[in-house]
Parts: sequence; structure tokens; C-alpha cells
Amino acid sequence: MLGLNKKDTTLLIIVAALTLLAPFILNPFPTESGLAQFNAGYPDLMQRFVIFGIFAIGFNILFGLTGYLSFGHAAFLGVGSYSAVWMFKLLSMNVIPAIILAVIISGLFAVLIGYVSLRRSGIYFSILTLAFAQMSFNLAYSVLTPITNGETGLQLTLEDPRVLGQSATADGSIPVTNLFGAEMRSTYEMAVGPWAFQFNMGYYLCAIIMLVSFYLAIRIFRSPFGMMLRAIKSNQTRMSYTGLNPRPYTLAAFVISGMYAGLAGGLMASMDPLAGAERMQWTASGEVVLMTILGGAGTLIGPVLGAGFIKYFENIFSKINDNILHGWFAFMPDGLEDFVVTILHPFIGKGWHLTLGILFMLVVIFLPGGLVEGGQRIARLFRGKKSDDKSDEATQSTPAE
Amino acid sequence: MGILEVKNVNKRFGGLQALGDVNLSVAENTCHAIIGPNGAGKSTLLNCFVGKLIPDTGSVMFDGQSVLGRTPHEINQMGISRVFQTPEIFGDLSVLENMMIPIFAKRDGAFRMHAIENMHNEKEIVEAAEQMLEEMNMADKRHMHSASMSRGDKRRLEIGMCLSQQPRLLLLDEPTAGMARADTNNTIDLLKQIKDERDITIAIIEHDMHVVFSLADRITVLAQGTPLVEDDPENIKGNPKVREAYLGEAA
Ligand SMILES: Nc1ncnc2c1ncn2[C@@H]1O[C@H](COP(=O)(O)OP(=O)(O)OP(=O)(O)O)[C@@H](O)[C@H]1O
Ligand SMILES: [Mg+2]
Repeated sequence: MLGLNKKDTTLLIIVAALTLLAPFILNPFPTESGLAQFNAGYPDLMQRFVIFGIFAIGFNILFGLTGYLSFGHAAFLGVGSYSAVWMFKLLSMNVIPAIILAVIISGLFAVLIGYVSLRRSGIYFSILTLAFAQMSFNLAYSVLTPITNGETGLQLTLEDPRVLGQSATADGSIPVTNLFGAEMRSTYEMAVGPWAFQFNMGYYLCAIIMLVSFYLAIRIFRSPFGMMLRAIKSNQTRMSYTGLNPRPYTLAAFVISGMYAGLAGGLMASMDPLAGAERMQWTASGEVVLMTILGGAGTLIGPVLGAGFIKYFENIFSKINDNILHGWFAFMPDGLEDFVVTILHPFIGKGWHLTLGILFMLVVIFLPGGLVEGGQRIARLFRGKKSDDKSDEATQSTPAE
Repeated sequence: MGILEVKNVNKRFGGLQALGDVNLSVAENTCHAIIGPNGAGKSTLLNCFVGKLIPDTGSVMFDGQSVLGRTPHEINQMGISRVFQTPEIFGDLSVLENMMIPIFAKRDGAFRMHAIENMHNEKEIVEAAEQMLEEMNMADKRHMHSASMSRGDKRRLEIGMCLSQQPRLLLLDEPTAGMARADTNNTIDLLKQIKDERDITIAIIEHDMHVVFSLADRITVLAQGTPLVEDDPENIKGNPKVREAYLGEAA
């Protein structure tokens, strides 16, 4: 279907089903139950899942296929956000032109940064991209204030022209982002017994764009171009002596992944129309690296899993506090309860980074192929020994699943 | 005029004169062997043909055009393919993919943005690659991860990858080094077959005299970066200077 083989089609259908049903899947616990805090099915977080999914899918086209590790991809995320907000300020609150401009501008930025950074490979390439991103971050904070509004960040105001829209609504407030009139923030709530499921316009827009991005990524992975990118990662010497110029291939991959990042940035601004320099900071660049490696670099679904995993931790684990822990362990004798809570305290709330760090290390050490490899191992256990040789062959012939 | 004309090539590495006034002419559709003791400068000379090294002085002309100052991929696109002393293949890719890449390079040139094209629509490339694997006797290995093959198979694959581009000049740097006797004999047969069936010029560096005398139409002996003699194989065998500089050592 759609020019994909059977396996990829199945994968795409599964991902589509999971994303479109996410409001149900991510809200398994009744609203009033004690476990409701583990529900992730609220619009804000679901939007973040898919937006960072897009960011990581794009990053994986560069890192997973060519092996070039960029430490500056957040710069494109930021550029995308600023571009989109400017579109909201100048043109209209429709998200389509904003998203298109975000992709174009970040693509142009990627041409520039990629052209220079790709003169080197390995660690020097990583450092160059990091330097560029930090430079962009600092410029956004200082010199470029007229464009970025410096520390405050770029926001909408009632004075913005919005030539194709309106500067202010009838009741004098700033108009909201929309898709031809359908507001991004509009949410339909469905109550089923004790459960409440939320269907948000913005989420569904992001989800559909994510599915299209995912589909395009599969096509790229399976195309001759994708094979050339894997060839670059494998052996650049052989590549050159085979008559292929690695430079334009890596640059094309860099620009494509930069445009994916810009798309993600544009979507962020479409969900919440403001843009700040911190979106370009090196921690944001590092996060997408973690997502991709955690999920499984070079695999199709890995980056999406990694993005979901990290965002879930960031938003759910960080909200667990000592009171909640006391609630959970109330069945223990007092002394023991306090002891357990003290032990767990560093890993929850603000300490979620510690938990994530430990999990990340465990994955990298024991599952070098990321969560995807974990999944494959479990699948193999279930399938048992009979299909062993068959699955071996599959991993040999399709290194990029 | 040979297809490859090397004139007065010098190359120094710091204090070491790796190549000193090398003149060489490789005639079209012949197999020209370059032999010489370890460190004689054979690989260095080959590196000057493919854009890996630029000689300090002198000229290297392929089919009337200078190759100096061109990048490796440009030189390949001119029609020169090279097999390395240690096999250079795409280890992470399957054998079939390894074989497809040079065929893509031949058809599409140094770069083409075929990012949305489907591999299923590249039937001619896949077929050409499978046919080449058939010729190399490797068809049964086509879905193997190429890094997991034996060294002999990697070498065969690399030779096949070069041949699939139908180069006018094939450069081989010790193609049988580190191979078992049986593999060496297979390689000799393969190269003989290539020579007989195709319009191709071969320049081969080799230590194994059995290989050299089985294949070469012409031999240049290199010692300490300078050609000692160039002659037909029969004359080289009997040449006392060569015996002293090289064959004596080998025997
Ligand atoms: N890049 C380099 N930098 C410095 N010295 C080099 C370099 N490449 C080769 N040499 C030196 O130049 C000389 C010739 O080396 P070369 O590899 O051409 O020899 P060779 O004839 O191919 O030998 P072998 O039979 O061992 O492959 C050697 O002394 C080697 O150490
Ligand atoms: Mg050598």
C-alpha cells in the first residue's frame, strides 16, 4: 500500500491506529482513581508526544542513516517556532502558512549550517553543529532582539497587523490559532462512565502531520537515497571510490532533518503561539539525541518511542511527590514507609532526570539497539525457538527496521 | 600512447622519497603488473592514480586527461575502479545492496536525489546486481550481512562491485593477499575470465609470483620508489637485476 512493502504498511497502520486512538489509550485510568495521575491523555502532553516524535523522526534520518551526530538540531526547532509566530503576527492566525514558512526558513538555515559543518565528520562535525546552535541561541537572546524579542520571547500582541486576519477579536482579545476557522485549542470531551476522554483539534492536526512525516521517513529509508545514506555511514572511502560524492548526500539528509525540526518548531508555535530562545538551547538539542538513541537509532519506530518515553517521564514522573509516595506505601509500618519514601525521593519529582539517566544508561549498555531491540528480543522470546533462523535472516537483510 | 600515462612522478613523505621519477605506460586492454618488495611504493603509486594522493611533481593522464587535482569520485566516474589492499566494502549493508550501489553510481552519477523513488521500481539495477553476483558465484549470499563474510568473499565482492561499473581501467592492490590457495586460484580464474571477456585494462600489484605470471602481459618492477625494469613476463623471469632486487628475496 502507498508504495510500501507489507511489513512497513503494517507498521504504519499500527502507528496510525495508536496515534489516532491515543486519547483512549493514554487515559486508561478513571478520572477519580488514584492512578489518574499516570494518565497522559490530555491535549497538551499528547501534542508534545507527536511534535517531539516528528523532531526525532527527522533527526533519525540524519543520525540513524548517515551516522552524523548533530548536537545543534534545536536551532532549527527554534527557527521554526520564530518563523511561525511571525506569520501569526503578520499574516493570519491560520496555522498552514505558519507551518510552511517554518519548514522553509529552517530548511534554508540547515543549508547554511550543514554546508559549513559537513566539511568535517565525526566529533568535529558534532562540535561545529553545537557551536552553531549555541551561537543562534545567544544571538536570539541579544543581537537579534528586534526579531526574537530577546529574553521575553516572541509573543502575539493586539497591535500585530495580521493582514489577512484581524488584529483583535470583537471582544478585544488576541485571536487564537486555527485551521481555516477550526481552533487549535478546541477540545471535545467524551465521558464514558468514570472515564473522560479528550479529543483536541490541535492534537489531531499534529498527529496527522506526524503520520505523514513518518510515512515520508519510511519512503526515504527504503529509497535508493536512503541506501546511499547508509552506505556513507558504513564506508565513506568505498563510497567515494565508487564514484559517489558523499557531501551532497549528507547535506541533503541534514537539510531534510532540519526541515523536520522546523516543522516540529512550527507546530509547537501553532499549539501555543510563542517562541523563546531557550527552545534553541543545547539541552534541547541533547534531548532529541537521547530520544533517538533510547528508542533505537536507525530504526523507523525507535525515535517515536524514544520521544514518547522521555516526554512521558518529563511530565508524569516529575509530578510524583513525597505525599503521593506516602499514599502508596501507607500499608507499610511507619518507619519502613518513611525509609522507602526517603530512598525513592531522589528519583521522583524534580529528580526524574536521575531516573531517566539511569534508564538511559541501562538501555545503552544492555540494549544497544534501544527500545526497539528490547521489543525484538521480547518478540523472539514469545515466538520461541522455531522461528529463530528466520528472524536471524530478517535482521541480516533489513538492518533498518 | 597507453590508456594510462605516468610521467616523472615524485612523491616524498617527509624525508622519505616514496616515489622517484616514476614513468609508466599502461597499454589499453592489457594486464600490467607492478611488483616490488614491501615498501617499494606500489600502493603509493596507485594512490596517485585515484586522487587519494597528489604527486609532488609529474603528471598522470588517463585516456588523455589529467587525473591530478580531481576527487576520487570524479576519477571513478572517468572509468577507473579500484580494489584495495584490505577489502573496502559496505560492511553494514547486505551483499546485494553492496552490489547495487556501484551500479547506481554508474547510472546516476555522483549524486542524485532519489529519496522518494521506490526500490521496487529499480528492477534494472537489482537485476544487474543479481547477475553480477551470479557471475561472482555469490548469488546464494545476496542477503548476507557483508561484514560477516570471509575475507576471500569480501575480496570477490569488492572485485565484483568494481566490475559492475564496467570500468575501462581496473586497479587491483594485492587482490590475493591473505587468501587461501584455493581462493587465490579462484581469483586468478576470475581475473583471467574478466580479461578475456571484456574490454578492460588491468593494473595489478601483487606479491604472489604465481598470480603475476598467470595474468600479466607486461611487468614493471619497482624498487625503492623507482622503476627498475619494465618488460614482458618471460624476460622478467630471467632478468638478473630483478632476481637480485626482488625474486631472489621471494625465493
Ligand atoms: N601516508 C604516508 N605517510 C608517510 N609515509 C608513507 C605514507 N604512505 C606510505 N608511506 C611510506 O612510503 C613507502 C611506500 O609505501 P607503500 O605503501 O607505497 O609500499 P608498498 O610497495 O605498497 O608496500 P607493501 O607491499 O607493503 O604494500 C613506505 O616506506 C611507507 O611507509
Ligand atoms: Mg601496498
